Amino acid sequence: MGRLGIETRSSLSMHLSEYGPLPATPRRHGSEPGSLVDEVETAGLRGRGGGWFPTSRKLRAVVESSAGRGRLNRSRHPVVIANGMEGEPASSKDAGLLASSAHLVFDGISAAAATVGATNAFLAIHRDSPVIPTLLKALDERHAARLDPLAIHLVTPPARYVASEESALSHWVGEGVATPVYPDRPFQKGAAGRPTLVQNVETLAHLGLIARHGGAWFAELGAPSAPGSTLVTVGGAVRDAGVVEVPTGTPVRQILELCGGATEPVRGYLTGGYGGGWVAADGFDTTAWDPESMRTAGAVIGASVLWLIGESTCPIDEMARVAAWMAGESAGQCGPCVYGLPSLSDDVHQLATRHADAADMARLERRLSLVSNRGGCKHPDGTARFVSTGLAAFADEVALHLDRRCSVTARGQGPAAMPVPPARLALVDVSGRDFE
Amino acid sequence: MSTDDTVATLLLNPTLCDGRGMCHDAAPDLIELDEWGYPLLPGHTLRADLTKGQLKAAEDATHACPVLALHIERRR
Repeated sequence: MGRLGIETRSSLSMHLSEYGPLPATPRRHGSEPGSLVDEVETAGLRGRGGGWFPTSRKLRAVVESSAGRGRLNRSRHPVVIANGMEGEPASSKDAGLLASSAHLVFDGISAAAATVGATNAFLAIHRDSPVIPTLLKALDERHAARLDPLAIHLVTPPARYVASEESALSHWVGEGVATPVYPDRPFQKGAAGRPTLVQNVETLAHLGLIARHGGAWFAELGAPSAPGSTLVTVGGAVRDAGVVEVPTGTPVRQILELCGGATEPVRGYLTGGYGGGWVAADGFDTTAWDPESMRTAGAVIGASVLWLIGESTCPIDEMARVAAWMAGESAGQCGPCVYGLPSLSDDVHQLATRHADAADMARLERRLSLVSNRGGCKHPDGTARFVSTGLAAFADEVALHLDRRCSVTARGQGPAAMPVPPARLALVDVSGRDFE
Repeated sequence: MSTDDTVATLLLNPTLCDGRGMCHDAAPDLIELDEWGYPLLPGHTLRADLTKGQLKAAEDATHACPVLALHIERRR
């Protein structure tokens, strides 16, 4: 039984009997954050959206930047945005959490809003998400019970990959444009110019627990460098694909056992999501599932996705399909992304269809270095990492493809392919206005 | 990597840049263009520390940009 209750779908009364009422969070006054921030620091809570950034530092940064007055002496009351977008197609942990434990997430939103002194709070979720009716019902229950000190609004940005980036979310809430913003960061200048706290919904659910039980309780579980439990989405060549909750630091092998084990010999894993990184299978299953151990192993914990590629699947094919989708998900703002990602995608496609030679690979290597660190958001960097780590993890398969061969002879026999949402109209609009 | 002979930093806002290439025309020794026509600052990121000798070229590039995508931050 995990902390987040993802096994059962909880109504408000079930939620209250399971967790008890949320203690009132002392509201922030003046320039100091509420005392909950100290508990979050003791807890060592780090953001579960992919960045694993210390949550207490983010809370403090929002308070700090809201303490001064804004331009024209306008007040700078913070805004809280819960990020339930789950743009990573291979991830389903946030949808699972919202379906089962929406009230825990709303508790976290309330507590976070009080402790930073926010006056507006939003939960952002893809507009085509099946969880929306559950969330509306939960909000109605809370409204009737007068549970929250402020209104929490549901907002539904376009279902695009980069729309879940935090500056894109605050851009959407403030101005209705879901493109990433550069160089302002949301905690300084977010929605409508106000300091904005953007936190992943799982992070907020953990915050709802810290508000009840304190930081020391939270840190009893998991790896000391990133304590607590974490949701993991496991997919690909695994018997029971789905979402599990484990203490951080749990070895990969144990996570796989919870999912019934691999269905066939594994050649490699995609970790973190499509913006994460590939690792070869050799010895990886002893790695602990926490940010530091994963980085040491050359992997990325990111949005906590673990996808298994078995021997009946050609990893180059999978990379080509995903890279093409990622290229189409550019917001269309920065040249190295608009032109660079389709170029990368074409190169990988050439390789997958066994038309590439050494000169093409040299061009691909050069392009990989040209798209990183040059965008207004990290989408091009993530896509380049997806491709470069894949080429490294499956070097044998790359060599076979350069030799016009492939180790997989019977296609379509293996497990489910990596999910790629349907292609949309490729709108490259430099102003970003007509995004989607 | 900022060192003692850094006098300023050149900053590029990639969301404003349209790839018109006028920065490269104005300062070809400081700013290259990539294969798609977008500027590459020294070090290939969005910020480049400038020595005193590079400052004039950076100013020329900044003034040449028609969409104000370049910016110089001076050290005190």
